[in-house]
Amino acid sequence: MSILIDKNTKVLVQGITGKEGSFHAQQMIEYGTQVVGGVTPGKGGQTHLDRPVFNTVSEAVDKTGADASIIFVPAPFAADAANEAIAAGVKTVVCITEGVPINDMVPVREAALRAGVQLVGPNCPGLITPGECKIGIMPGNIFSSGPVGLISRSGTLTYQAVDALTRAGFGQSTCVGIGGDPILGTYFKDCLPHFAKDDKTKAVVLIGEIGGSAEEEAAALVKELGIPAVAMIAGRTAPPGKRMGHAGAIVSGSAGTAAAKVKAFEDVGVAVPETMDGLIKEVTKLIGAPVAN
Amino acid sequence: MIIHEYQGKDLLKEMGVPIPGGRVAETPEEAGKIAGELGKKVAVKAQVHVGGRGKAGGIKLATGADEAEAKAKEIIGMDIKGLTVHKVLVEEAIDIESELYLGITLDRSKGTHVIMFSTEGGVDIEEVAEKNPEAIVKVHVDPMRGLLDFHIRQVCFAFDMSKENRKALGTFVKTLYKLYIAKDCTIAEINPLVITKDGRMLAADAKVNFDANALYRHPELEEMAEISEEDPLEVKAKEMGLAYVRLDGEVGIIGNGAGLVMGTLDEVNRVGGKPANFLDVGGGASAEVVTKSLGLVLSDPNVKGVLFNIFGGITRGDEVAKGIVAGTKALDVDRPLVIRLSGTNEEEGRKILADEGIETAATMEEAAEKIVSLTR
Repeated sequence: MSILIDKNTKVLVQGITGKEGSFHAQQMIEYGTQVVGGVTPGKGGQTHLDRPVFNTVSEAVDKTGADASIIFVPAPFAADAANEAIAAGVKTVVCITEGVPINDMVPVREAALRAGVQLVGPNCPGLITPGECKIGIMPGNIFSSGPVGLISRSGTLTYQAVDALTRAGFGQSTCVGIGGDPILGTYFKDCLPHFAKDDKTKAVVLIGEIGGSAEEEAAALVKELGIPAVAMIAGRTAPPGKRMGHAGAIVSGSAGTAAAKVKAFEDVGVAVPETMDGLIKEVTKLIGAPVAN
Repeated sequence: MIIHEYQGKDLLKEMGVPIPGGRVAETPEEAGKIAGELGKKVAVKAQVHVGGRGKAGGIKLATGADEAEAKAKEIIGMDIKGLTVHKVLVEEAIDIESELYLGITLDRSKGTHVIMFSTEGGVDIEEVAEKNPEAIVKVHVDPMRGLLDFHIRQVCFAFDMSKENRKALGTFVKTLYKLYIAKDCTIAEINPLVITKDGRMLAADAKVNFDANALYRHPELEEMAEISEEDPLEVKAKEMGLAYVRLDGEVGIIGNGAGLVMGTLDEVNRVGGKPANFLDVGGGASAEVVTKSLGLVLSDPNVKGVLFNIFGGITRGDEVAKGIVAGTKALDVDRPLVIRLSGTNEEEGRKILADEGIETAATMEEAAEKIVSLTR
């Protein structure tokens, strides 16, 4: 099992004919994802990467039966693209685009909530169920199938953690890169109940960073759901008031500090290791040494 | 992006929000002239991007042109928490009856904007929130429809106020929200919002920050950014399209991905080093990007060595390594470098680097220890 996406998920690529969209659509196809078509307004009727291109998402959904979409359109148009996918009845919408204005995202997040759509991102690497379906830009080869669920605000830090898990013999059920922006479609707390219900997932790794209170909310929910979990927090030594790359990674006043997040997790009995070796040790403590294949 | 009090007040004034009379001055003479024109008691206020200027002596009262000029002379050039004061705002001193707080910001956990109002203004609002949370009313706007009239009533009827003040407050809420949305603010705050002895409601201070992701649709705001207030290396990085933050240590840090770079800073600190900067080069690492970022980091004289932390994902490790080799050859690197390269084709990548005599490491922990010992 897995959460949100699996081998049956049919994916549309919004912005499939662009440079990024084209490259990553190809990568997803090679990974084995069922990419059923793409959307580029004005290029409907063409074929790209052997897939049909449509002018609108609703037409694409009608013709292909797609139930997921991934967005690669430029920031000024990304919110509209997400709205279009939500309105067309797509169930999982992944927005990779970086730099989407906050004011554009606030109503989109709400529209997704009201429609019961799982919006992931923006400014995220996407999600992957190893061996089945990749809807994102992560390097597929470092992932392996197994019992660890992963939710993360950071892209490359996730790859690093996944790489360490895979090398240690711990495969992953599903990994969700929720993104580094202040307003996101999906937070830790939205993924945790799915993992709690998933038979395959034996433990969850949460990778957070400074800014906001998503980690604190996640800690409370981990306790409530009683899921075995390990957390990591990036930015322990970041100075207040400085935006550390991600728009959401900024400590303002007393809010969003790494110390508060570490404490929130430790208070509910979730270990917060500082290194990848530490992460592997804690995962081993929770679910035992990996079973050799 | 942050702007000065006087710029925030100018924005409020454009929207029709009442502010005290006055103008900004860059010289003591100009400050004296403005005070003379106002013809009453004035406040001379340092314009710096840092809080607590009042306590630091950056706000002084003066009567008449001569005294205002003298006070401005004391303030201009003053150092407040490491920032030099270049400008002062000279404005009419207000006879304060009471001080309120009004602010709008994003509530990340609720996914929408929140209006915050308190009758305990003039002090640090975070302190009020901590010690006396009932003194602040918070009203969340509808994420799809924005501010509605009943939201304004929820703010205005939260505390006991006169009918006149309630009406004036309603106008303030409406106008401040209009500004907040129109200019894509991340915060728009009036603290204190003052009721004067003669019954007027005025914005006595203004703090406005903007969403950097939305600046593309506000070219007029870019012009307000004051280069002199920003770190010269950060300005240079911005021009090159790199996410760079100057820190005060001696280990230069470059990596791909914000979280990975933050993690690298933490690791260097953990093993006893002090990072000199945060630099995220984004996806991949072409020779061009490597050359640009290394050049930028090495132009900081405090940097004693550089740690490059790259996780090769879709970009293969051997390609990244070639980029680093080409980049280091283009520059005359006179300080130690440690490259941590991991991910796809990492062994090939590390071999390419080792053949060129560049120090490599397999893990972040190992890389951090190496660079810290080399720069000690």
